[in-house]
Amino acid sequence: MADLVYARLVGARLRSQLVYRASFTIDFLTQIIAQCTELVVILVLFDRIDALGGFTRDEVVLMYAFAGAAFGVADLFAGQLDNLPTYIRTGSFDVLLMRPLGTLPQIMCTDIRLRRIGRIAGALGAMGYALAHVTVEWTPAKVVLAVLTPVAGAVIFSAVWVVACSVCFWIVEGREFANAVTYGGNSFTSYPINVYSRPLRWLMAFVVPGAFVAYYPSLTLLGKQDPLGFPGWTGWTSPLVAVLAAGVAGLVWRFAVRHYRGTGS
Amino acid sequence: MLAGMTTNVVFGLLRVAVLAAALRAANGEIADYDIAATNTFVWIGQGLLGFVLLWGTNELAERVRSGDVVVDLYRPWHLQSALLAQDAGRAGFAFLTRLAPPMVFGMALFPFQFPATALQWPLFLLSAVLALVVSFAFRFLIDVSAFWLLDNRGLYGFWNITSGVLCGLTVPVAFFPDWARDVLWLTPFPALLQAPIDVFLGHGSAPGILLYQVFWAAAMLGLGHLALQRAVRRVVVQGG
Repeated sequence: MADLVYARLVGARLRSQLVYRASFTIDFLTQIIAQCTELVVILVLFDRIDALGGFTRDEVVLMYAFAGAAFGVADLFAGQLDNLPTYIRTGSFDVLLMRPLGTLPQIMCTDIRLRRIGRIAGALGAMGYALAHVTVEWTPAKVVLAVLTPVAGAVIFSAVWVVACSVCFWIVEGREFANAVTYGGNSFTSYPINVYSRPLRWLMAFVVPGAFVAYYPSLTLLGKQDPLGFPGWTGWTSPLVAVLAAGVAGLVWRFAVRHYRGTGS
Repeated sequence: MLAGMTTNVVFGLLRVAVLAAALRAANGEIADYDIAATNTFVWIGQGLLGFVLLWGTNELAERVRSGDVVVDLYRPWHLQSALLAQDAGRAGFAFLTRLAPPMVFGMALFPFQFPATALQWPLFLLSAVLALVVSFAFRFLIDVSAFWLLDNRGLYGFWNITSGVLCGLTVPVAFFPDWARDVLWLTPFPALLQAPIDVFLGHGSAPGILLYQVFWAAAMLGLGHLALQRAVRRVVVQGG
């Protein structure tokens, strides 16, 4: 029963967005360009240098593309959580609590913004280019890894989004804190993590498990040694990290919602 | 406010790391930027971002859409000047809360390139104020476009997305290939961030940069004034 409700909610959202064709097309193209701005930065830098942290241009583009695709999918499903402060401040979160459905899936399904697919399309384009230009010794397992990586990354980013936005239950205007790890996480994971200073790396790569979005799977695909000394199979653990992150996010969300108090009326 | 500062600092740290890695790969210097100049570039950029308010609120456009703009228009003031005055007030507060903290953070914790002469400090302030005016003029034009487009969110989003790269927030304009750099300096984009940073670092001639900013500030404000004048003729007040 509940599954059907979600399918209908999502369907209604998608149909309503496709009504204004021209507006949707412009939004879609804008999102592709949004995804490409970081690519411009990478290309500008590599016009001046040959390697960044020991990685070639196409290898960095591969990491950027994995990160972008993962972030794009997460943004599609979890990006709505940025509106959480409004729900809490105006008290409309009460409405979500009264319905016989989970609060988190309700927020995720009711405001899916289809134009964000533009971001994913841009990233997939870059991924296609990068995979065609880097040297990979393809095996069936590596094909699976290449397909699974953006999916696992999307789950990791969504989990980060949920945990970060849970802060808003205590600090209502905490959205910008959350953006530091969500949007910041996107920037972080687009580059090889060995370029960052140690404290920043520990925070964004391992506390927030950003290293498993793009960096380690890329290393495994490329058959490269990790300059930081982690073993070669680390890249295969991304789906596991994703499942763990999702579990933690679920627990944090439950804990946070219990602390919610309505604003009254 | 604290949240905004934290986000600025995190993005600054990320940007410094990537640019520093690029410098290491290029034997320590790219286009007149060594490590100290790069740190200075990033931290001033992160500060100016909030001071000039590169990514504004699109508030006027929302008022055009809802019709509330009529109230703004029948007041006995020049709407553009009034909003500029408001924005200057906001920037005065942002000077303390958004511009100074990242700069002080960068000065305290990173190798930092201070101006070679004392004169560069007031020139930097002047340049930052001009950047604020150009930024306001840009935002005003985007807002006013709502008189024609009604829903200007597409244009507004486009601006938010492209301005960061074009005005020298994410990567110095000097890092671009020569042809792209020259083309960018013909546009008003570097006047928003790169110009004050260049004045601070002593890159290029300060009077030249300031003149370039004055030109674009005047041109963009003039364009906004004309656009508003034409737009007002289109306004139809419904009901009473």
